[in-house]
Amino acid sequence: MDAKEVYASLEKLFPDKVRDFKPEVREPYLFVDPAAIVEVCRFLCSAPGFRFEVLSDLTALDWPKEEKIQIVYHLFSYSYNHQIVLKVDLPRHNPRVATVENVWKVANWFEREVYDLFGVIFEGHSDLRRIMLPEDWVGYPLRKDYVEEEEYDGISTQRAPLVEKLLR
Amino acid sequence: MNDTAPAPSGFYTEDMTISVGPQHPSTHGVLRFVVKTDGEVISEAIPDVGYLHRSIEKIGEKVTYHGYVPYTDRADYLAAMFANQAFCLAAERLAGTEVTRRGEFCRVIACELNRIASHLISVGTFGQDIGAMTPFVHALRERETINNLMEEICGARLTYNYIRIGGVGYDILPETCTRIAAFLDHFEPIVDEFNRLLSGNKIFIERLAGVAVVSKEDALSYNLVGPNLRGSGVKWDIRRDIPYSIYPELAFEVPIGTAQVGVLGDSYDRFWVRIREMQESCKIVRQCLKMMPKGPAIAKVPRKFRPPAGECYARVEAPRGDMGFYVVSDGSEYPYRVRIRTGSYTAMSIIDKLSKGIMVADLIALIGSLDVDAPEIDR
Repeated sequence: MDAKEVYASLEKLFPDKVRDFKPEVREPYLFVDPAAIVEVCRFLCSAPGFRFEVLSDLTALDWPKEEKIQIVYHLFSYSYNHQIVLKVDLPRHNPRVATVENVWKVANWFEREVYDLFGVIFEGHSDLRRIMLPEDWVGYPLRKDYVEEEEYDGISTQRAPLVEKLLR
Repeated sequence: MNDTAPAPSGFYTEDMTISVGPQHPSTHGVLRFVVKTDGEVISEAIPDVGYLHRSIEKIGEKVTYHGYVPYTDRADYLAAMFANQAFCLAAERLAGTEVTRRGEFCRVIACELNRIASHLISVGTFGQDIGAMTPFVHALRERETINNLMEEICGARLTYNYIRIGGVGYDILPETCTRIAAFLDHFEPIVDEFNRLLSGNKIFIERLAGVAVVSKEDALSYNLVGPNLRGSGVKWDIRRDIPYSIYPELAFEVPIGTAQVGVLGDSYDRFWVRIREMQESCKIVRQCLKMMPKGPAIAKVPRKFRPPAGECYARVEAPRGDMGFYVVSDGSEYPYRVRIRTGSYTAMSIIDKLSKGIMVADLIALIGSLDVDAPEIDR
């Protein structure tokens, strides 16, 4: 099944909840209403003919100009060898979306990483803690406007350029 | 489980909490587990990752496309060639750059040699983890030869920076091709020797057969990839199923787990898939050496590389499975976002589940059999 057919069926089954299908790119994507992401994912994962039994990747993109954070889901099906990309737009000041952990278990760690580095809250997540950075880290580094604190735990994070150091 | 529960005999027993790592010989790289045990039996092993986080994804937003290739080496230093290739594939697809035909062959030869080297480390350290010291030295000896060949090909032994956008950095010279062929002649019998030494060893088999079984459903749900997935009996290989480069022209098998000593998806199946893959890689390199055409190794690519705005998710079959580079371009000289999706990260997330109820010694076998690689987890 190609992405066009997937979108056509989704449009019928979830009216007003999917939109803006982009078929012309290499990995076609479509937008899903944040409130409907879990039911759409559950359907795509288990419905016969679709069977996207694998969540290949879950990540986020930060678009400060449009005031949004985009969550990107790369779905893949080993049974039918087809793929689809879902995107969810969240407001940048309060990014919250339901977890898909109960659909694919691997989402647990993917979502922890997005929480850690983008500050997106995944509602209903069983273990939403930072994963790469220490618990007391300030800020979300992969956001475009992130500025590193000058110190972490009494250790300076600033380094003078090596050349200047050698000349001194 | 209660911390202090009266045993039937009236004695009080207590759960132990042990920290394994971050620097423990059995945890390759810098991994840490918080292990709760009741005697020898683990009730919970919580992985604690992030010790090697170098924010490679953030760096990607600050350097040019060409300049980012050396950084991708560091994503997985045991198999740097594949990260090079995945990133270059993504960049090439974004910009519509064609790779030269000789360049494709050079890429595949280098990648498959790298796969053998990476699997050698994997199976060697796996033996070492569960107490077989000798095979490790044998595996490293062979890997050393590959490192020498790699040095001859691209000047580096670990962080290659060999695959560039549009092709490869340096052509593989005819005399190097001869030496690669000689290495393959030498190496193929060595695999049999290795099997006599380790794979067929009764103690080794008994330590692994039926240990830490991953069902097919779990393998899919936790998105295990590469040998870990194939060990559970799923015949899936990106080189065969979402072909890239020149793989469709090459003949090779996709080995899967067959439950030959225990249960399907146990630690031994994952180990055995790797051994078989090394043999398949040898076959691939031999074919490439025969088929390699003459011509330029790299296409003409502008120094100021600005792909049009768009996004691309490129996957390659790395030794640790599906390695995906999700690159978003906004039309400028710098990538807007680079996301690296690695096999070890997802493999790590299943350990918590598999470790419940197994012995401490089996946890080490489990980690070894999943072939997780710390830099690839943390990036």
